[in-house]
Amino acid sequence: MLSYISDNASTLLRWTGWHVVLSLAPLFIGLALALPIGWLANRYRLVYAPLVAVTGLLYTIPSLALFVFMPLILGTQILSPVNIIIALSLYTLALLVRTVADGLASVPDDVTQAATAMGYKGLGRLIRVELPIAVPVIAAGVRVATVSNVSLVSVAAIIGVPQLGQLFTSGFQLQYYTPIGLGIIGCVILALVFDAIILGVTKVLTPWRRQEATP
Amino acid sequence: MIVSAISVRLKHMIRFDGVSKQYPDGTKAVDELTLEAPTGQITVLVGPSGCGKTTSLRMINRMIEPTGGRILIDDRDTASMNAAELRRGIGYVIQHAGLFPHRTILDNVTTVPKLLGWDKKQARDRARELLDRVGLSSELVDRYPGQLSGGQQQRVGVARALAADPPVMLMDEPFSAVDPIVRHQLQDEFLRLQDELGKTIVFVTHDIDEAIKLGDQVAVLRVGGHLAQLAAPADLLARPVDDFVADFVGRDRGYRALGFARSGEIPVHAEETVRLGSEVSVDGGSADRWVLAVDSDGRPAGWVDRASSDDTGPAEGSRLHRGGTTAKQDGTLREALDAALSSPSSRGVIVDADGRLLGTVTAQEVLDLIEARRSDARSGAGAGSGTG
Repeated sequence: MLSYISDNASTLLRWTGWHVVLSLAPLFIGLALALPIGWLANRYRLVYAPLVAVTGLLYTIPSLALFVFMPLILGTQILSPVNIIIALSLYTLALLVRTVADGLASVPDDVTQAATAMGYKGLGRLIRVELPIAVPVIAAGVRVATVSNVSLVSVAAIIGVPQLGQLFTSGFQLQYYTPIGLGIIGCVILALVFDAIILGVTKVLTPWRRQEATP
Repeated sequence: MIVSAISVRLKHMIRFDGVSKQYPDGTKAVDELTLEAPTGQITVLVGPSGCGKTTSLRMINRMIEPTGGRILIDDRDTASMNAAELRRGIGYVIQHAGLFPHRTILDNVTTVPKLLGWDKKQARDRARELLDRVGLSSELVDRYPGQLSGGQQQRVGVARALAADPPVMLMDEPFSAVDPIVRHQLQDEFLRLQDELGKTIVFVTHDIDEAIKLGDQVAVLRVGGHLAQLAAPADLLARPVDDFVADFVGRDRGYRALGFARSGEIPVHAEETVRLGSEVSVDGGSADRWVLAVDSDGRPAGWVDRASSDDTGPAEGSRLHRGGTTAKQDGTLREALDAALSSPSSRGVIVDADGRLLGTVTAQEVLDLIEARRSDARSGAGAGSGTG
């Protein structure tokens, strides 16, 4: 395996780089979209059920089908990474709308009331009070979405977009198990690293929870 | 009666003028409420659940908009003011404090000053001063609300509401979620604080005892948001206007009213004492079997039964009978009577402001004093009757 790595170092590095970009870009795009939609779903409880249902439905579309259909819908090249980024953004959105809505709903009523009574207006209250308190719930959803993205990206190997999933297809074609094992290890390490980073960021954003845990 | 006399002289800080709140489904939460909360005083809104007391409170800072009538603060119609600016000038304290869990205690208290654009250092200095004033130890200021007890959180809630020095404070059952001992402490400290600050306060509670203890005036509301009676606490106990108010004010009204009567120059008898920890003589030359133990500063510690056969040690520990309450000499007749009634020797212990023994009174002597005052009031009455 070590010789395989040293022989293909530059390719492996390029694929890892792409894998990182293809799983993280959708995460940021999906989260950016999920915040306003999740806020709407929480603010207007009537639209909560339909919004969560519709976005949740997105997740049931098979990823391979979505990757193949994207060029038809967007008019992009079949090999363009944009297809993957947009398809995975939709999955992230599907996972995070509910998370954001539930996170905002987890803010205690008396806290939002106190904020209003102290003169916070809509957006200021959301950014300064509600979102910071919703961070633990939202972060839990982001962790799931990130790991899911890392594994879904590899499916894109079937349509030939370069990333660690290529190791599975080439290993499969050559009946050669080293690249497959390497691909699995690579994906797991990436997922673990991302998870650790998110956990770290969450801790930095929520010093109040850390202190609670150690009285 | 007394209240209306005062309110003629003072400007009315908060005025409800025929205020109603009707919800789209037709339920009336508040019905044509007209009420004045005088400057620098505590006005308590009290009533059973569904009487619209919280709704009324929240209409003052426009957390809820009235559907009829006007609310004026210093003769300005609140409906004409910017809601967020109005709220920044009104302190607000709620039941579970509603502290921001993600901000330290200090940052919680500086919230409104920061919204008002105060200098950061000025805001922090002010917050430290207030936290000290509400009795919170300075080592807690960098903690988060989740690390504080309910009582401590409530103190922070009060400090936060006071941070920008608003002339008006709204308090919605601020002390009902803490245990009774802490509640009484918080109430006492709140009254002490109000003595210094003189804010115009509207206070909501469902607890009539709290209303009577804290209010300069008490508004009793009935279900559907009707004002049943507005009176000073002593008047409310003495002259409830109807069965609803009488019922709501509850039993023991006569006894509780004594809580408003100062005992004044109540004469005391000298009491034979024994020093805490010293031997109790079986026959001290006195006919009475009960002797009062006092500590080295002269503070009463408890009664000792010198006739007890199974307990003969020095006057300390389990030999002390601690059932009796003490009453301050400048306290109320209620305290004095309770001291006498709760004492095993039937003699109520009266102490000075520092808790040192002054002497004792009997229940009969307290009752005689009450009787004497009542007959004084009856002969000098006439002007006072028929109001309420």
